[in-house]
Amino acid sequence: MAHHESPSTPHHGLMAEFDSAQALLDAAHKVAGAGYTRTDAYSPIPIHGLAEALGMKERKVAPFVLMGGIVGMCTGYGLQYWTSVFSYPMNIGGRPFHSWVSFIPVTFELTILFAAFSAGISMIVLNGLPLPYHPVFNAKRFSLASQESFFLAIEATDPKFDAHATATFLASLHPREVVSVDH
Amino acid sequence: MDVSHNNNQQDPLGAVPVIAPGYSYKGINDKLSALVLTHNTPTAWFAFMAVGFSLLMCLLMSLTYVLFKGVGVWGNQIPVAWAFPIINFVWWIGIGHAGTLISAILLLFKQDWRTSINRFAEAMTLFAVACAMIFPIFHTGRPWLAVYWLLPYPNVMGLWPNFRSPLIWDVFAVSTYASVSALFWYIGLIPDLATFRDKAEKPIVKKIYGILAMGWRGSARHWHRYETAYLILAGLSTPLVLSVHTVVSFDFAVSNVPGWHATIFPPYFVAGAVYAGFAMVLTLAIPLRAIYKLHDFITMRHLENMAKVTLVTGLIVVYGYACEIFFGWYSGSLYEREMLRLRIFDGFYPWAYPALLLCNFIVPQLLWIKKFRRNVAVLFVVAMFVNVGMWLERFVIIVTSLSQDFLPGSWAQFSPTRWDFLTFAGTIGLFITLFFLFVRLLPMISIFEVRTLLPEATTKSDGGSH
Repeated sequence: MAHHESPSTPHHGLMAEFDSAQALLDAAHKVAGAGYTRTDAYSPIPIHGLAEALGMKERKVAPFVLMGGIVGMCTGYGLQYWTSVFSYPMNIGGRPFHSWVSFIPVTFELTILFAAFSAGISMIVLNGLPLPYHPVFNAKRFSLASQESFFLAIEATDPKFDAHATATFLASLHPREVVSVDH
Repeated sequence: MDVSHNNNQQDPLGAVPVIAPGYSYKGINDKLSALVLTHNTPTAWFAFMAVGFSLLMCLLMSLTYVLFKGVGVWGNQIPVAWAFPIINFVWWIGIGHAGTLISAILLLFKQDWRTSINRFAEAMTLFAVACAMIFPIFHTGRPWLAVYWLLPYPNVMGLWPNFRSPLIWDVFAVSTYASVSALFWYIGLIPDLATFRDKAEKPIVKKIYGILAMGWRGSARHWHRYETAYLILAGLSTPLVLSVHTVVSFDFAVSNVPGWHATIFPPYFVAGAVYAGFAMVLTLAIPLRAIYKLHDFITMRHLENMAKVTLVTGLIVVYGYACEIFFGWYSGSLYEREMLRLRIFDGFYPWAYPALLLCNFIVPQLLWIKKFRRNVAVLFVVAMFVNVGMWLERFVIIVTSLSQDFLPGSWAQFSPTRWDFLTFAGTIGLFITLFFLFVRLLPMISIFEVRTLLPEATTKSDGGSH
């Protein structure tokens, strides 16, 4: 997520580390229940229901795929129709110039091609990747987020954020540790 | 509402789990990333690479010679104009099908045993398609002109391809397949590349994997979109993989050549592709498992399941053979019936059909027996028979049909030259080289997906307390 930090923000926020997927999911529910909104969780495996627990409602990948598929279908059929009927009509064994049955395979392939690339590219772009720098990597143990550990961050830009109260609240969720993350 | 998500289902028959017990996240990470992030390359890797690289040099030499002299150095003639290049093309494309089948179709069917074999099967797909594409392109004779023969682009001559031809459908099917498979493979790699970035010790190695991982940090929102995209890609790849060999079979079935003009071709080709592909996955999995000691991840259950898929698809292929014979006879066409007689009994190649039946029909029946399905050596031998058998199948379809068709006056026996064999062996070299480079540089088993198989990856939502 592209969060716009004000330049005066002293640090990125506070991050709690948990030992298991279940602990992270439970903590995420509690953090959202306490009213925090600018939060994120980091895990080495996908955890079902975690993004929803943090209040994610966006469902944009699927509509992009549908659009990609439709554009691909129109491109495929349009290309064949235009070239075979207008630009370069060829009489092949007396078949009609607009031989729609023969145009189905290419139309199908281009539908899949465009839809698949829409899925891949929309996932990457919506995730804000590629991103060369992100403050969470400043946390000492964050390299474990891609391996075996589970992290929950409350960002300093959260309206409810208060360095002391938030740290106390995170500590009450029984994390392994709570660290402050530099920006 | 209970939204528990259990990835750790055991075999309902209570047989063998998908990964051996006793692993933690850390154990999985360490074991699987140590295959790449290490100085110790197994000796066997060098041996395979030496063979692969030598054969790759044969490919460069033979393709150079083909370009220098023309395709006449191959045995292709009239009437057998397609010969080895198209046999090899269809063989390689067929092998390429198992990767997507394993990664997409088995994902949709929630077959969790796919997890430890999907990554290298997808890599196998990409490399097999790369090998396949060499043949039709060089078969055009002047590959530097192939761009305008194959792809529709606004050229100065104002020409466009003929979209009523299955050959142009094939261009679209194969290139879409190659592109989508590459995308699917890369998307699957991103979280593992991030693991490598974080585990690597050398700064340069860290940087390279870091660039490839694009800054992946495992955010919950990212995972959410990631899983959506991955599932959609699987859903799109499923009809795609079925369409590719269907379109390849149209190259044959849409023509009126006796022995090609049959409606059974699309399903029979798709089954053959899956059959050949699973045999190749077994051919690769068995040595990899031994070299890298992956017995905990590629368990007997994986090998046995693959053997079962091989057996079933093999039987569908044999059903295809029976249909071909029935169609030929039932057509009442003199040419179809004669073609069958010549193909099976006394044509130019009387050895080919019995050899095909031996490899594709008789030997794989061993897989009915559990003891053989669980015997690595037997499995490997059966898989090799299938690899050869599927090549023979394309030989029988292409060469016997073309060499003796309508007019006996134009019949001619095809015999391959040394350049045919060298080019074919060369693509095997390309395949081995690319595959072992992949094994050395990228995670051959999907690390993050294996993590999700652990019991502790299972979570239970507390039921919407907010």
